[in-house]
Amino acid sequence: MDTTAVKRIPFFRDPSKLAILYQILSIAGVALLAYYLISNTLANLERQSISTGFGFFAKESAFEIGESIIDYSSADSYGRALVVGFLNTLIVSLIGITLTVFLGSFIGIARLSSNWLVAKLSAAYIELFQDIPILLQLFFWYAFFYEMLPSPRQALNPIDGLFLCNRGLIFAIPAWHTAFLYAGIAFIVGLIIIFFLKRWVAKQQEATGRSFPTVKVSIAILLGLPLLAWLVSGAPTEMNTPALKGFNFKGGITISPEFTALLLGLVLYTAAFVAEVVRAGIQSVSKGQKEAAMSIGLKPGLVLNLVVLPQALRVIIPPLTSQLLNLTKNSSLAVAIGYPDFVSVAGTTINQTGQAIEGVALIMIVYLIFSLSTSAYMNWYNKKIAIVER
Amino acid sequence: MKQLTRVVPSVVAALCLSASIAMAGTLDDVKAKGFIQAGVNGDLFGFAKPDSKGVWKGLDVDTARAIAAAIFGDADKVKYTPLTAKTRFTALQSGEIDVLTRNATQTLSRDTSLGLNFAHVNFYDGQGFLIKKDLGVTSATQLDGASVCVLPGTTTEQNVADYFRVHKMTMNPVVIENTAELSKAFFAGRCDCMTSDASQLAGIRAVAPTPADYMLLPEIISKEPLAPAVRHGDDQWLDIVNYSVLALIAAEEMGITSENIDEMLKSTDPKILRFLGVSPGNGESLGLDEKWAYNIIKQVGNYAEVFERNVGAQTPLKIERGLNALWNNGGLMYSPPFK
Repeated sequence: MDTTAVKRIPFFRDPSKLAILYQILSIAGVALLAYYLISNTLANLERQSISTGFGFFAKESAFEIGESIIDYSSADSYGRALVVGFLNTLIVSLIGITLTVFLGSFIGIARLSSNWLVAKLSAAYIELFQDIPILLQLFFWYAFFYEMLPSPRQALNPIDGLFLCNRGLIFAIPAWHTAFLYAGIAFIVGLIIIFFLKRWVAKQQEATGRSFPTVKVSIAILLGLPLLAWLVSGAPTEMNTPALKGFNFKGGITISPEFTALLLGLVLYTAAFVAEVVRAGIQSVSKGQKEAAMSIGLKPGLVLNLVVLPQALRVIIPPLTSQLLNLTKNSSLAVAIGYPDFVSVAGTTINQTGQAIEGVALIMIVYLIFSLSTSAYMNWYNKKIAIVER
Repeated sequence: MKQLTRVVPSVVAALCLSASIAMAGTLDDVKAKGFIQAGVNGDLFGFAKPDSKGVWKGLDVDTARAIAAAIFGDADKVKYTPLTAKTRFTALQSGEIDVLTRNATQTLSRDTSLGLNFAHVNFYDGQGFLIKKDLGVTSATQLDGASVCVLPGTTTEQNVADYFRVHKMTMNPVVIENTAELSKAFFAGRCDCMTSDASQLAGIRAVAPTPADYMLLPEIISKEPLAPAVRHGDDQWLDIVNYSVLALIAAEEMGITSENIDEMLKSTDPKILRFLGVSPGNGESLGLDEKWAYNIIKQVGNYAEVFERNVGAQTPLKIERGLNALWNNGGLMYSPPFK
């Protein structure tokens, strides 16, 4: 080919250069649109003398929040109120995700059980919970708690120090003592030990072929070390016991019906979807793999753990990620049943300050942060378990 | 998600402010489209709620009807947009509605930083506590440690927090956005008391399984002057909304009702003749027909009729006139002269 002819192709006929040009043009278009919307909004807000900006963060919030894991009162700032809401969403999402993964995997595996009753029960569970809208399920669980349970004055008291009433589950916790700090440190030390133990075990197994009861030893370390630390630092047994004072219980820890209903609703709903994802993953592993594993004498548990699950996970992880993201996003339904999550607190803030655009932007940013970090973790995990070509 | 779907449209609307805003000339816009678009509560018995036949009823609805009667001579030329407490101001700012008659409390910050103007108050309210009688509580000062059901998106959350702080008491709020859901939780005993504007509590008590089991505590912990609101910057429109509300009050002061108004046309009192437009002037000043006030009273009634029809002693709400009586009957309702 004549090279000078190739050089002479003008850029508007060169597909590779045109592609770059189109991309630049579309980015510029999006940027222009964003600039237009933002500047236009600001100009209009100013013309209507509506104040803008995040200055309200430092102002006193002057409203109370039902539950919080950090100290908060109406004398604190809007910023702190929003942090309380953020943490409340974080807690319900983290606990919800953990429980959902376990329950969903359990039901997904049970769905494939050779036991007819177990398989049908799991199938019935999945159909029931994934077919009813989540909002209705939340209303149901919430109404269930406040309608079924007695008032605080007639609270159920099945064991000493534990009360159940329509204000929630209230139970005694050990009174604070430095021993618990040491036990916590011991737990973290235990985790580090287990990390190195696992590496050592893997090396040993590759070298000698001998297996090691890693799980049992890990549990022993995780329980044993903190217990030892607690015993050594004096084994304090004083309890912070709840007691009925006036309208409500004082002392101990209260798990509110709003939190429980939200958690229960989210976990039961999402677990039904996760179960189907897990089932699909397991079924995607060809039967030959299982038969081959059995033919070399692996026990059924090991067949599942060593052969089927590692291959199934590759199919399971991407859709599982999106289900877990859904759980976090659905937690914004909390406001319907009175759990003070981020949307609820931000909603009150919007209403009191009138800064709707800033407030909704915050809500979007927070959910984006939650979702992106969940995705980032799951993508990292997905990469880790993906097929490694040797 | 429900929450988001409620907030997002209002923000989208706010983002599109430029497209729909006409800063001045709301009256011309309204005349051109042939009706006024009023933002109302939609779920508050006695103030704004469609009845079993789908006809809008309530004190706020009648306020909007009065404005329509003043402009078009036909009180039915209103379209209603039900709004939540959170979306109401954005809907007004963005031009989605022409006037907000949605039991909104007039406050300094709303008047200034939200870009609103409030017309004359159409209902003087205050925040109270609804409580079950068998708890044995007789005063709000005995509520230390109580669980309190609060309807969000109003000034109520702030008021109740302030009240407990001043009296050195603690509270545990339960905040549910939907009034019906919140009432259900309260009736089932989830909270010890419920707080909101007293008029709203009267409405909630009326739908309780056994209304006689509940009572309002004597304390009224806040001032809630509920007033129609319009956008900043259109003085003529503000005047029209303002004097439509005042016309209701002025008619009651002068003893003009929807029944006797045609006889009143033959009155010898120059005040009444000016008010009804027999002696012209008022209508022209407002940019309306001279019979604007006549149309309001003929079709909607005076303030006493509106009050008694929607929230008075003969209704399930059984609200006393109280602060809403005329100034010469111990209340706060007072109209400037119509001349």
